[in-house]
Amino acid sequence: MKTIRGAVYVVQDDIDTDQIIPAQYLNLVPTIPEEYVKLGSYALCGLPDGYPPFVKPGATKADYTIIVGGRNFGCGSSREHAPVCLGAAGVNAVVAESYARIFFRNAVATGELYPFETAIRLCTIFKTGDVAEIDVNGAQLTNLTSNQSYSLKDLGAVAPVVEAGGIFAYARKAGIIK
Amino acid sequence: MGMTITEKILARAAGKRVIGPGDNVWVEVDILLTHDVCGPGTIGVFQREFGAAAKVWDPLKVVIIPDHYVFTQDEKAHRNIDSLRYFVDQQKLPYFYDPGTSRYKGVCHVALPEAGHVRPGEVIFGTDSHTCTHGALGAFATGIGNTDAGFIMGTGKLLIKVPKTMRFRVNGSVPPYIMGKDIILKIIGDIGFDGASYFAMEFTGEAIRQLSIEERMTICNMAIEAGGKNGIIEPDEKTFDYVRARTSLPFNAVYGDVDAPVDSERTYDASTLEPCVAEPHVPSHYALARERNDVKLDRAYIGSCTGGKITDFIAAARVLKGHQVTIPTFLVPATVEVAEALIKTEIDGTSLVEIFAVAGCEDIAPPSCAACLGGPPDTYGRTSGNEAVISTTNRNFPGRMGSKLSRIYLASPLTVAASAIRGHITDPREFM
Repeated sequence: MKTIRGAVYVVQDDIDTDQIIPAQYLNLVPTIPEEYVKLGSYALCGLPDGYPPFVKPGATKADYTIIVGGRNFGCGSSREHAPVCLGAAGVNAVVAESYARIFFRNAVATGELYPFETAIRLCTIFKTGDVAEIDVNGAQLTNLTSNQSYSLKDLGAVAPVVEAGGIFAYARKAGIIK
Repeated sequence: MGMTITEKILARAAGKRVIGPGDNVWVEVDILLTHDVCGPGTIGVFQREFGAAAKVWDPLKVVIIPDHYVFTQDEKAHRNIDSLRYFVDQQKLPYFYDPGTSRYKGVCHVALPEAGHVRPGEVIFGTDSHTCTHGALGAFATGIGNTDAGFIMGTGKLLIKVPKTMRFRVNGSVPPYIMGKDIILKIIGDIGFDGASYFAMEFTGEAIRQLSIEERMTICNMAIEAGGKNGIIEPDEKTFDYVRARTSLPFNAVYGDVDAPVDSERTYDASTLEPCVAEPHVPSHYALARERNDVKLDRAYIGSCTGGKITDFIAAARVLKGHQVTIPTFLVPATVEVAEALIKTEIDGTSLVEIFAVAGCEDIAPPSCAACLGGPPDTYGRTSGNEAVISTTNRNFPGRMGSKLSRIYLASPLTVAASAIRGHITDPREFM
């Protein structure tokens, strides 16, 4: 059983890719290892004032492993820098009510994180700093701080792609490409 | 049972006679577009996965148009364009529009059709969400990430899900004060910022037929602002005239079947639409311009793939002629072709360049994406404080034009020009 466990960071609806990674940092190239790390340090720095910093000043990784969001997470640009910076910051999963199409696909194709969907509006239930655990195969999220469990939409064919580390790794494993 | 235009294009590209919404199909790609922001990462994926010596699947189908961070001192931005030059040289790619040379074009979504790379019935993927623009010429076009683009570079194929279609029928005659921007902002306002997530948005009706290719591009460009996978308009004689003037390559136009089922259909009457804005911070915050006169503005911006085409500047000049702007008004033509047309195009014997100068606009900037998406701190027109900006661009997210504190109001070039004169949001009918 694969589980993801860690602190939760909560955001609301329509978190767009400019908030996830502002355009001024798109000069960083995700496939260059040191720039991948740098992208992590800027993850979610475009959120409006009022949100606590996602990555502490001077750090390259966040203290959070799971992001809980509302509707339409990752809307906007096709920049792959968005799921990449979250993965680089140490995020393993996002749990949201819905996703923008390109963000969801990029998250899976890169294998950077599991994009779970839920029918429950968890962004009004969870608090930043809560500790949670996701049972990936069982599609279950448990808030260990409040001891409440919530069911997630099964990721189906998407889970093994993320598990393998992205579409290329999966395709090789499955014998689709050499 | 019939198929929509989107389904028929994807069926052809998949080598299948019949496909339907929800089917996952491997499609053959006709054009892969990339630029300076996502090109280096795409090449990185391609070389990591296929080997440093790998060749792209078809050099004639890879188009690279640097446009985002061109006029900046940012060293990494320069390095990224240099890495594209190295790759293009190594791969012998003929369709590279290099900054600093006579081949430079500017904003990729206006340059791609200008250069004849968009043809009806074809399948276009681009590493930019506004790739949906090209559906205006009857192509299937959508945005993808670097990893998918790297896969296409190596194989020429991509696995995609066939989207359901939402049809938007715009009837009636388009009044002179209404533009494509007003039509698409109205639609996004109605269905919401995620109202077309995963859907094809098909635009049809007599009002759409009346629009120029550039105006149709404005509409398809913003399909992504409702979450759409693609925007699409069936080709007609205007499309063929536009395409044939720019390429001699053959193409096969595709039309939807009349009995094709769609997921939903909404009908509009263009003659009843009014000039509008989208208020901060999402493009679905629809409001009528005449009801927002109380919004004071600090600057106006005309540019980008959405609102920096020659038709956009002609519209703005019609309003500005004989008036003075009262707030800084930034003009960024999308491409070199548009910039040249500003000199050649006249209204009643006066060139657009002269009209803008006399009206007190800022000097016309060189073509690029500029402040549409913020960018490096030295980007032209970028916001740095709590400015209220009225803009012909496509997104008004927090921080989109640079500063998180600035507020962006999206509008047509007519409305932006009228508002630049008054210094607050203004219905362009006051000047027409």
